[in-house]
Amino acid sequence: MSRIESLEALAARVPDGALVALPPDTSLCPVALVRALIRRGVRDLRLVGVPVSGFATDLLIGAGCVAALTTSAVTLGEAGLAPRFTAAMRAGGLRLTEATCPAVHTALQAAEKGVPFLPLRGMIGTDLLADRPDWRVIDNPFADAPDPIVLVPALAPDIALIHAAMADRFGNVWVGRRRELATVAHAARATLATAERIVEGDLMQDERLAPGVISSLYVSAVAVAPRGAWPLGLLDLYAADAAHLDAYAKAARTEEGFRAYLAEHVFGAVPQAAA
Amino acid sequence: MTAAREELLIAAIADLIAAPHPHPVRHAAVGAASPIPAHAVMLARHRGLDVRLSLLQQRVGNPFTEGARELFDLAGQGRIDLFFLGGAQIDGQANINLVGTGRPAGSAARLPGNFGSAFMAFTVPRIILFREEHSPRVLVPKVDYVSAPGVSPPGVFRRGSPQALVTGRCVFAFDAARARFVLASLHPGETRAGVRAATGFDYDEPDHVPETRAPSDADRAALAGPIRAALEDTYPQFCARVFGARAA
Repeated sequence: MSRIESLEALAARVPDGALVALPPDTSLCPVALVRALIRRGVRDLRLVGVPVSGFATDLLIGAGCVAALTTSAVTLGEAGLAPRFTAAMRAGGLRLTEATCPAVHTALQAAEKGVPFLPLRGMIGTDLLADRPDWRVIDNPFADAPDPIVLVPALAPDIALIHAAMADRFGNVWVGRRRELATVAHAARATLATAERIVEGDLMQDERLAPGVISSLYVSAVAVAPRGAWPLGLLDLYAADAAHLDAYAKAARTEEGFRAYLAEHVFGAVPQAAA
Repeated sequence: MTAAREELLIAAIADLIAAPHPHPVRHAAVGAASPIPAHAVMLARHRGLDVRLSLLQQRVGNPFTEGARELFDLAGQGRIDLFFLGGAQIDGQANINLVGTGRPAGSAARLPGNFGSAFMAFTVPRIILFREEHSPRVLVPKVDYVSAPGVSPPGVFRRGSPQALVTGRCVFAFDAARARFVLASLHPGETRAGVRAATGFDYDEPDHVPETRAPSDADRAALAGPIRAALEDTYPQFCARVFGARAA
């Protein structure tokens, strides 16, 4: 049975208030789907940056779609600070929970295993740990000498969003070497994926491609979105559009500039990249 | 022609990487956009050090098949010897702040966030701190927020402490036992008094402070040639700025 839907139908599957995991800008971030979410007017999302956040999260924050954010950093990389995130932090409307990259991965790995927590080294003596009452320090029960270690509780997102290089009609999704995204899909209760293209056949039957596949077991629905990561890059298929990101970083410094950006690139007649 | 400021910093970091140390560097990793540290590892390798560089941001031919998670798993096991960290603020005990300034942190100026620093500072035995801006605003007596501490009390797991802090003005060595920086070298044109005035934290100053060693002609040829060729896809803007536009 085909799981291929329209982009707008996929966006309609994300309820207001959902706990949504997003990949970082450098790793298969589903920007076309994020634009569709903004058009659908989604509200009160609780975003998780896996493990950091960038352009897509900044768009969602600026468009008023986000109530809370858990992440290890928010940045546009070479294009500088994320302007709408920075503005929201100044205005005080965004509930931010600080993290550190490996703690996000570890929390998802705990959910993937179905265990309540996993231990992780580091963090002791940081202000990050002081601000995370949900993380606990215990004494390593296997050590001969006192050995404090942090426990991170499992994190199971309601929905993981991914943009893949390809998918098949069964809902198998190929993420290539970005296999950390499989952990996000395994940990989340549902995964929605966009893909550059739909291929014939069954990706799970291809012994060479299967190691980079997220099985349809985890994937609720797929939509086709050519250049669906734009203006971000995608594997070796296309590089990030640095000029566009620089222009966004500049425009979105003001609320008016951001609104104009949304009108042109999200609500405009041709939301997809022309290139 | 004199070396560009970036080339001097690259050479200074390459010297630190090759310097005698209880933890030799066989595997260095570079995280978020850090072209100067990446070039420094490549230069140390070009000079003969047997070191592998894993570049997290490499788009094509990335060293990992499980993204950043694999980087952190490797660090957790102790399989990364050297990593680089910066900071919106760095204090005299080598504590770094990546979240922002003010109380609460970020209320005065919000920066991106902790990234992996709260973990890497503990699990990687050698950390080189790098921040080009050398001013009292950045080098403060005490950070407003500790993303990663420079030292930890006995009994807290950590494999090492920062080896040094490299800025646009000088190199500080870090004495972990005393949790104090020592001025190690001055970049050309800098003075002891100038560095003292631009530094918000107290540090030690030996009687003799040498000038930071400049890159050799062979270093510069390697940077503009094979090292540029290896890193240009990852750092196109940096390479064009420092090494000039490519001949058509």
